[in-house]
Amino acid sequence: MFDQDKWQEIFQTLKQNKLRTVLTAFGVFWGIFMLIIMLGAGNGLRNAVFYGFENFATNSAFTWTRRTTLPYQGFDRGRRWNFTTQDMIALRENIPEIKYLAPRLQGTSKGSIAKVTRGLKAGDYTIYGDYPDYAKIDPQKILTGRFINDYDIKYKRKVAVVGTRVREVLFDKEEDPLSKYIDIDGVYFQVIGVFKPINTKISFGANPEELIYVPFTTSQIAFNHGDIVHYFAITAKDGVPVSVVDKKSKALLKQWHRIHPDDDRAIGGFDLEQEVKKVNGLFTGINVLVWIVGIGTLMAGVIGVSNIMLIVVKERTKEIGIKRAIGAQPETIIGQIILESVFLTAVAGFAGLTIGVWLLELINMALTASGGNSGAFRNPEVNFGIAFTALVIIVVSGAFAGLLPAQRAISIKPIDALRDE
Amino acid sequence: MIRFENLHKSYITGSNKLHVLKGINLEIKEGELISIMGSSGSGKSTLLNITGILDNYDEGSYYLDNMLISNMSEKKAAMLRNKYIGFVFQSFNLISFKNALENVALPLYYQKVSRKKRNLIAMEYLEKMGLKEWAHHMPNELSGGQKQRVAIARSLITRPKVILADEPTGALDTSTSYEVMEIFKEINQSGITVIIVTHEDDIAHRTNKIIRLRDGLIESINGELVNPEFVETEISEHV
Ligand SMILES: Nc1ncnc2c1ncn2[C@@H]1O[C@H](COP(=O)(O)OP(=O)(O)OP(=O)(O)O)[C@@H](O)[C@H]1O
Ligand SMILES: [Mg+2]
Repeated sequence: MFDQDKWQEIFQTLKQNKLRTVLTAFGVFWGIFMLIIMLGAGNGLRNAVFYGFENFATNSAFTWTRRTTLPYQGFDRGRRWNFTTQDMIALRENIPEIKYLAPRLQGTSKGSIAKVTRGLKAGDYTIYGDYPDYAKIDPQKILTGRFINDYDIKYKRKVAVVGTRVREVLFDKEEDPLSKYIDIDGVYFQVIGVFKPINTKISFGANPEELIYVPFTTSQIAFNHGDIVHYFAITAKDGVPVSVVDKKSKALLKQWHRIHPDDDRAIGGFDLEQEVKKVNGLFTGINVLVWIVGIGTLMAGVIGVSNIMLIVVKERTKEIGIKRAIGAQPETIIGQIILESVFLTAVAGFAGLTIGVWLLELINMALTASGGNSGAFRNPEVNFGIAFTALVIIVVSGAFAGLLPAQRAISIKPIDALRDE
Repeated sequence: MIRFENLHKSYITGSNKLHVLKGINLEIKEGELISIMGSSGSGKSTLLNITGILDNYDEGSYYLDNMLISNMSEKKAAMLRNKYIGFVFQSFNLISFKNALENVALPLYYQKVSRKKRNLIAMEYLEKMGLKEWAHHMPNELSGGQKQRVAIARSLITRPKVILADEPTGALDTSTSYEVMEIFKEINQSGITVIIVTHEDDIAHRTNKIIRLRDGLIESINGELVNPEFVETEISEHV
């Protein structure tokens, strides 16, 4: 492959008009550079949106009750109703596709936000009565201690897992919060763990750092919730879309609670999978747009190369004629011109690729250093596959850029080429 | 070596058709040293270009080494040129960004001879032309006579059967022209057929046979008038 004469000629022609070469190369450089930067920016936006989202079980749905909007079986519209713990058991029995089902109670007997005190320290926090399975749907980072377990549920222990903000407010900095008691609306709970939320994007009105988890069963009794369930999270078994499970569970719940089968507004819900799909669709759209614009810019650069090669070929008509007179075959001439074009595009494109990736890296570092990674922009990056694709596009387009001029070069009869002055 | 039978060639420019060669019958044997003369526009270069497979013809036939040369692919033509023919041009046609040695070696590059080997051979030929010291000079650093000797070395390096020279001394002064003619004579003595197109009588007289063209036909060979109506022209060799 390495043929000194070939390369000598390439450098020779490129050197003959340095400014022209640089300007031409810049077109390709800019095309790839823009493509990389735009892809990186797209990824940055995407990463920012999905940040604090990744660990959340995306095949999950949340369901709660609302007032009925249709009269049914003798009931008037506007009826209030609640899920019950029996519903939860029945759902598990009737829908085999359910993987986890986590019912929840919110608030205390006094309201949805509780007054929590410890000695003189106090704060207003949201209290969730949860099952251990909830941690499988929305994992928390346990900083110390543990999350609610099955024994807490079984023995209705008065224990609490508190968020980092709660710990900061109710405890001194050096203090170990474990085993200490806190007063939640008049009921004492022992702290068994401190958590830091991983998922910052999904919350139900409350700041996740200002939450307190207590066992579901404890909440039932301590806060007089009775047999109801405020809402529940559900995940589907692998391979089953959660929408299937969601639909089945809603249908059953309507049936059990005598709600009109068409009264969709009587049950509130949130299907994370659908939400993720929507966001994904948006970013796929952005990506497609970036590629179209990027490839367009790149094409402009490649056409520039092709143009310049046409001029070069024209300038060298006589030389090509001489070469053909002394035995250069058409393929040799074509090969030379294409190699030249590929070389020019490859070097310029590679520079664009490298500098683009490098710039993204720099932005990334700056973002990390300034701690601003949680904003609208996060980890702008391009992966290896995309960089490789871009590289392939460069080389292929370089070859195409050389094809037309090469064709032109050999379409002239050698004698006409020789006569060219 | 070379045989033309009733060769015709016209140039078409726009709507005009210019009939340049109007039935050339000629046989050139291996080892001849021939000059082609004739007034400007008589078709000398045209005939030489067809001989060198740089151009095609319209009618008749052309045999090179008993091979019919007609309608061939450019690939095949390039191969035959490389194998059989060496060109020497009035304007030298050296490649400006290659030095003398590289210029001479270039035809061997197209035969895929290794760089080392072809440079060695090229140096040999430059030495024969008395240009050893100039091997690494660029063409623009050489005199006309030196350039032409480099071009001759380049035409010889593939050991062709025929050397075609279109006014090789046209750009040279008289004494340099004679030097170049001496070189052609030596080449001819090594057995290579040499065909030289020229305007100058003294150059032509240094060859062994003079063919005169007139209006696209052969007028005379060594001064003997040739009847263009003859289908076959027997050419005897003169020394
Ligand atoms: N490519 C071409 N297109 C059109 N006409 C051409 C072409 N080449 C040559 N001719 C014409 O053909 C005729 C013969 O040209 P040619 O070059 O063979 O003449 P010549 O004998 O070599 O002349 P000179 O002694 O001036 O070099 C001329 O009238 C010339 O104008
Ligand atoms: Mg001529």
